[in-house]
Amino acid sequence: MMRAPRARGRATFRPGRVPVSFRLDLRAVVLLVLLGLVALAGVVSSVGYGEYPIAPLDVMRTMIGIEAGDGNYSFIVNTLRLPRALVALLVGAALGISGAILQGLTRNPLAAPDIVGINAGAGLAAVTLIVALPSVPAALIPPAAFAGALVVAVLLYALAWRGNSSPIRLILIGVGLSAIASALTTVMIVTGEIFEVSRALIWLTGSVYGRTWEQIWPLLPWLALFVPLALLRSRHLNALNLGDEVARGLGVRVELERGLLILTSVALAASAVATAGTLAFVGLIAPHIARLLVGPSHGGLLPTSAMIGGALVVLADLVGRAAFAPIEIPCGIVTAAVGAPYFLYLLYRGRNT
Amino acid sequence: MLSGLVVGAGSLVLCLGASVRFGAAEIGTGDVISAFTAYDGSEEDLIIRTLRVPRTLIAALVGAALGVAGAIMQGLTRNPLAEPGILGVNAGAALAVVGVVFLLGASSLSTYALFAFVGAGVAWAVVYSLGSLGRGGMSPMKLALAGAALEALLSSLTTAILILDQRTLDEIRFWLAGSIAGRDLTLMLQVLPYVALGLFLALGLSRQITTLTLGEDVATGLGQRTVWVKGAAAVAVILLAGGAVSIAGPLVFVGLVVPHAARFFAGVDYRWILPYSALFGAILLVCADIAARVVVRPQELPVGVMTALVGAPFFIYLARWRVKR
Repeated sequence: MMRAPRARGRATFRPGRVPVSFRLDLRAVVLLVLLGLVALAGVVSSVGYGEYPIAPLDVMRTMIGIEAGDGNYSFIVNTLRLPRALVALLVGAALGISGAILQGLTRNPLAAPDIVGINAGAGLAAVTLIVALPSVPAALIPPAAFAGALVVAVLLYALAWRGNSSPIRLILIGVGLSAIASALTTVMIVTGEIFEVSRALIWLTGSVYGRTWEQIWPLLPWLALFVPLALLRSRHLNALNLGDEVARGLGVRVELERGLLILTSVALAASAVATAGTLAFVGLIAPHIARLLVGPSHGGLLPTSAMIGGALVVLADLVGRAAFAPIEIPCGIVTAAVGAPYFLYLLYRGRNT
Repeated sequence: MLSGLVVGAGSLVLCLGASVRFGAAEIGTGDVISAFTAYDGSEEDLIIRTLRVPRTLIAALVGAALGVAGAIMQGLTRNPLAEPGILGVNAGAALAVVGVVFLLGASSLSTYALFAFVGAGVAWAVVYSLGSLGRGGMSPMKLALAGAALEALLSSLTTAILILDQRTLDEIRFWLAGSIAGRDLTLMLQVLPYVALGLFLALGLSRQITTLTLGEDVATGLGQRTVWVKGAAAVAVILLAGGAVSIAGPLVFVGLVVPHAARFFAGVDYRWILPYSALFGAILLVCADIAARVVVRPQELPVGVMTALVGAPFFIYLARWRVKR
């Protein structure tokens, strides 16, 4: 049940029964398809690349379950390499949405999951495990990181709540909490054994090295729950982006919607960071690239930002493996090396607007 | 307003005294005083005169510089999150120092200082030019975004070096956390002229910056030549932030929170915000440095850790109770 497009290039979806609606720019749809292809190409070449190269067509065949090449393909593609590429894609997408929500809510272009302390909380928990308790199995690091991020998020909301939750209070208190958590992390870095510190640094940079299906399964439910929620709430995010008074005037239940959106943003960022370490740059930059491409309306911005985030991390991981092979650079480093110049180029191109 | 400044100055003097009095070695108050009045070359007197006094002065200078630099950056970008750490200045300094350690194996603090200053200067110049591209010159939005992007790029390069080379990481990790341990007066005297010039420039511009925070159009309408004001403010930032990072390493947080604390007491007028920021910055860093020395005596922590642990709870308290909107 779709209404006829009112303006050229726009479509409004408004199913009759369900109280849900959102509008989509057709330009955003085209872009989404293009970005999806880029991401898919990234995943395929990332899976095909390695010590045992596999041709792109064979990769795709193997991924959908058709036996190709010799019998090893299925093991190499589906067991060894695909999970890693998928983790990169999912984590990037989650961070892209999380950052876009935070920037929309706070109306601040510098806002990102790492500014308000979510990364710092996860980082503190993980680095404490790595440096102070090196005997703890590595499998415990993701849940600990997730818990660390959630603790900071709860503290953040509780401390910022005073009858209402103001965006500026949220962000300032987030900055304070982030500073405390990273200071404690620095204590670990400065006092720890250099070998463990090095390991911790790689985790803090963000890496998808050695991720398997075991890391994907815990990630999926969060994405399956919160990505659709984010898309459904994008209309209210648009309203909140105009300021509390305007949003209230438009009939938005400001505190409820803001709480939901913050919860969404935190859950996505926390699950991403728990899986891949504190990837910092994606949540900041993916929304900006998306905004320069599809404009500020969150209906198109959130999915575009997700696709850009996903594609960015996948490509970064590929570049990180290929650039200085056989040495592997963690994708957290390469995201900025790949994304920042492109972003600066976009900024340069739009310099007169 | 003025009375607040006087109280602030009084507290700063108390903190300076405490910073000279307390440290790794136990030295009584009487001995501290006699180190100044009746210097006899004893171990205590040497500690006071050559270690603690320089260190205290450096903490105050660096804190003041960072506070004012942060305030100007927040004014220029009209963004409450702007500070040298977020807009790429610290990242430039860190990359320059890590690069020189990695490539040349340098290990003296004065080499670090030189390269940190150069790195900070280059990074800020690039950020400012990227933020000023196009018609209309520097815009707050473009400046903030260019700074954030360049910061990410530079620090990712820094991390790449640190991950590839464990020796450099071991050499530099204490410096990277921000520290004022072991800095002597010569280093401070080298940097002092730049920082002093930056402070004077900043205070001289304070009225214009206040106008500028009302918006570019308003400032132009009031007859301000905004291009010059913004350019001069950018120069002040580089002198202050570059000077600070060259002595103390990439200290984050001071430049970010001090201006907010200043604003809670001084309102929106930069003629008051800037002196308050200088005072609060100095107080914060001197106190944090005392804590860094005393908490795990006789070891010490990087002061960058303590600025956050001392300053952040206070900052959260202010944000919770003083931000009404």
